[in-house]
Amino acid sequence: MILPSISRSVLRQHSKAAARYATNIHASRTMATSSSPWSQFEMAPTDPIVGLNEIYNKDDFPSKVIVGVGAYRDDLGKPYVLPCVREAEQILMDKNLDMEYTGIAGEPKFVDLALKFVYGEDSVPIQENRVHGVQALSGTGGLRVFGELMAKHGHKHIYVPNPTWGNHIPIFTNSGLEVRKYRYYDAESSDLDFTNMMKDIKDMPKGSLILLHACAHNPTGMDPTMEQWKEMSETIKKQGLVPFFDCAYQGFASGDPVKDASSVRMFVEDGHLISMVQSFSKNFGLYGQRIGALSVVGADEDEAKRVVSQMKMVIRPMYSNPPRQGARIVTTILEDPRLTQDFLDQCRGMADRINLMRTLLQDKLAEAGSTKNWDHITKQIGMFAYSGLNKDQVMEMREKHHVYCTADGRISMAGVTSGNVDYIANAIHDVSK
Amino acid sequence: MATTTENLSSSIENNSDEDDEGGRAAFAAQKKHKMSPHSAGTVDRPSSIRRSSLLLSPEWDMERKSLRHLGDLDDDDQIRIAYFPNIPTIQDVATNEGDDDAPAVDVSAARRSLFKTKTHATVTSDDEWSTASVTSDSLSDFDDDDDHTVTGIWQNVPEAPPDAILGIAAAYKACEHPQKVNICVGAYRDDNGNPYVLPTVRKAEYRLLEQNEVKEYLPIEGDRDFVYCAMKFAYGREMDIENHVAAVQSLSGTGACMLGGQFLAQFWGSDHPIYVPNPTWGNHIKIFKQCGLKVRKYRYYDRSKNALDFEGMLKDIKRAKDGSIILLHACAHNPTGCDPTMEQWKEIVSLISSKSHIAFFDSAYQGFATGNSEKDAQAFRYAVSQHVPILLAQSFAKNFGLYGERVGTLSIVCGDVVQKERIMSELRSIIRPLYSSPPRHGSSIVKTILMDPALKEEYYQECAKMAIRIKKMRKKLEEALQVAGSIHDWSHITKQIGMFAYTGMDEAMCKQLTEEFSIFLTTNGRISMVGLNNSNLTYVANAIHTVTAGKTITA
Repeated sequence: MILPSISRSVLRQHSKAAARYATNIHASRTMATSSSPWSQFEMAPTDPIVGLNEIYNKDDFPSKVIVGVGAYRDDLGKPYVLPCVREAEQILMDKNLDMEYTGIAGEPKFVDLALKFVYGEDSVPIQENRVHGVQALSGTGGLRVFGELMAKHGHKHIYVPNPTWGNHIPIFTNSGLEVRKYRYYDAESSDLDFTNMMKDIKDMPKGSLILLHACAHNPTGMDPTMEQWKEMSETIKKQGLVPFFDCAYQGFASGDPVKDASSVRMFVEDGHLISMVQSFSKNFGLYGQRIGALSVVGADEDEAKRVVSQMKMVIRPMYSNPPRQGARIVTTILEDPRLTQDFLDQCRGMADRINLMRTLLQDKLAEAGSTKNWDHITKQIGMFAYSGLNKDQVMEMREKHHVYCTADGRISMAGVTSGNVDYIANAIHDVSK
Repeated sequence: MATTTENLSSSIENNSDEDDEGGRAAFAAQKKHKMSPHSAGTVDRPSSIRRSSLLLSPEWDMERKSLRHLGDLDDDDQIRIAYFPNIPTIQDVATNEGDDDAPAVDVSAARRSLFKTKTHATVTSDDEWSTASVTSDSLSDFDDDDDHTVTGIWQNVPEAPPDAILGIAAAYKACEHPQKVNICVGAYRDDNGNPYVLPTVRKAEYRLLEQNEVKEYLPIEGDRDFVYCAMKFAYGREMDIENHVAAVQSLSGTGACMLGGQFLAQFWGSDHPIYVPNPTWGNHIKIFKQCGLKVRKYRYYDRSKNALDFEGMLKDIKRAKDGSIILLHACAHNPTGCDPTMEQWKEIVSLISSKSHIAFFDSAYQGFATGNSEKDAQAFRYAVSQHVPILLAQSFAKNFGLYGERVGTLSIVCGDVVQKERIMSELRSIIRPLYSSPPRHGSSIVKTILMDPALKEEYYQECAKMAIRIKKMRKKLEEALQVAGSIHDWSHITKQIGMFAYTGMDEAMCKQLTEEFSIFLTTNGRISMVGLNNSNLTYVANAIHTVTAGKTITA
């Protein structure tokens, strides 16, 4: 589940290979296998989440089911483009816009709307114009820019919850930060390990970066309660830590974007100078457009702008400027009250279906005869259910039942439909009884 | 709220083809118009230019003024020197070329001390510089003695230097002169000076909308159909893509260079330097340094002749240690527009082969340079035919006009399919922690066009039209200069190719063009041909003649 970073041994191998090639400079000039500069390369490990798709695609079992990638599916198992997104696209086509480069920081209108969406228009720092940011390549892109930025500005490490989204680790490692973990989830009880989390937070050195999942923790789906968030906020403040939010499911978790932003808004109200990455992949269904935002709350306007200017320095040699279409779509929706309402309804629709599937899956497991406690399936929130299945059980489920989820037992509830929920429940029961 | 700078014509702010000189033009634009003793004709000059609040700080201006004597360094060096007069430039380091046992100059210590004495922002974008300047030595936070409060987190973050190109965009926009001309822009303009969306691109967009295209994640390596089409477009129909080309979709040219740089730094070894032509697109240097590669330069342009310094180029490539990476512009060299002939390419490739170098081609103008996309691919196709290991960064920003959608590819030609699969796995492991997967809109458009024979034909015509208009402007400019009475040899304008012409004008002349005639360009004398059209051509020609009459345009 934890992705290995590009290991030193792999790097060493390649340096050796390069050296080996250099000494063979007088070997044959043809692009023969042995004298090519690439001949000594090894296969890199496949990404466990994305790699799952490949394995699944190779399977030709007719009733195969994949509940791996976190992309929403409707009740027929089909990808879903939000109608408000379609409408926004039509509006944009009619405008005949050009395709010129946008700024390094992206579309200013988009950034403005994105920040207001999460921080709230009435947020004090927003009113005081000290929240600034850049358009980012969805969540991953924003995380990477942030990691590079912080590594450049004296940070050596970042704390992430254990477990966390697998890609967090190579993102920060490749940025030059040491990834440290704080306890988060208790697998035994399938619940938040709050006491130990607080212990770990109190042990963090002053000034440390701490990554927090704003809502719908990935992969566990276990979020702190508002009381727990309050305690975390106070302790983090006392410890002098630097809170950084990953907000990938706003609106998608509970169905209410304001509710899903509660933790973030609480921290801001408590005076934390937070930084945050937002993704619009899930809530707007714009997975492939790579649209997100990276922002900071500064002590004052100038400070926030300075940080943004440094973000741009990271972005320019990475990809110069971000793609426009996703930003234009989100802007078209959020600047129009009626389209915004449509979005809210459609986003809630997705969240509701997922919650329905959670209930259904728990019921079906009971029906299948399982005597285990599956309460966590309905207690958890967001796109994923951390089933509690271990690696062997997951593999057995793949081989015997052709049900594919990631090796950590994380099930994408978005992939569950009324059509396949029985099958999935039986498969889970079979491997876990 | 994003900074007000974001509201400007962003095609200049971060345009891939711009270098970092805009600050000078901006500075020039700040001044009031002056009557030049050389002025001719009845050009209307406004009494003042509205000063944009975005223009540079007085301290920065003063530094630049004091460093004008530095002469013939390229743009990036000038920018670095403007901030740090005592630090050797990359060029100084690069004169150790061939002598790789010479110790690298330790710039970081000098840089750090300089930073401490400065009161205003001094961080540059070069990775090497910025880690030296903003280290935990100079920042006072994050140690136990500090009174670290919540409010202290960002307070020591300095302002990054303003993107100098922004200065030109700002100045142009702020200028109220009725005949103002923007020949700094790096995105195509039609004969009315307007941005141009190719009709086939619009058609493809309509089709995607009609087909209710999904918005799912692309694979890490991008849209496979798109990549396949792009590879056929680049390497030709006969190329065996499946077995010999490892290719991934990238975030246009910048992203491709970045991926290639990451790949080479990690897997070829960062002890192999990358050699870039002098001059080159400004962002190349930043990109490769951020990847952790040593960046050096090879001689390329001879300003005394306004032509290729072929001998110098060969000498420098030869002196580079075996296994170095040589960056080559596939066609329409940016910023000079000066390309080697096919015979010269053959010699270059042969030399690279004998040195076991890796050829890293940057192809940003295929089809856009000559109008013939097969012809524009000759250089790297030749290298492939000679079994030189190549990397190819491919951009669809200019030739498809898809600037803002960030479409491109990075490809690596390899010996067999086993190597290919391994390289693909390495590239995926680089991409995934960067941005997971590329944006799909632009690649869907390109794929729609290239996979439809009718659309593809139309596309070739549209791209050729852009190239033809540029060629016409080159010819007309040369003629107009002669008509204006200039006795200089301007043949390099028509010999050069692509979006830009390296005129040979010096900084003073460029400044004068801006101050007196409201013609905005970078101060290295580079003009963007797409900014010229039938309406402004004569005006520009007359202005250029005015500022160059009686002076030299060769260094």
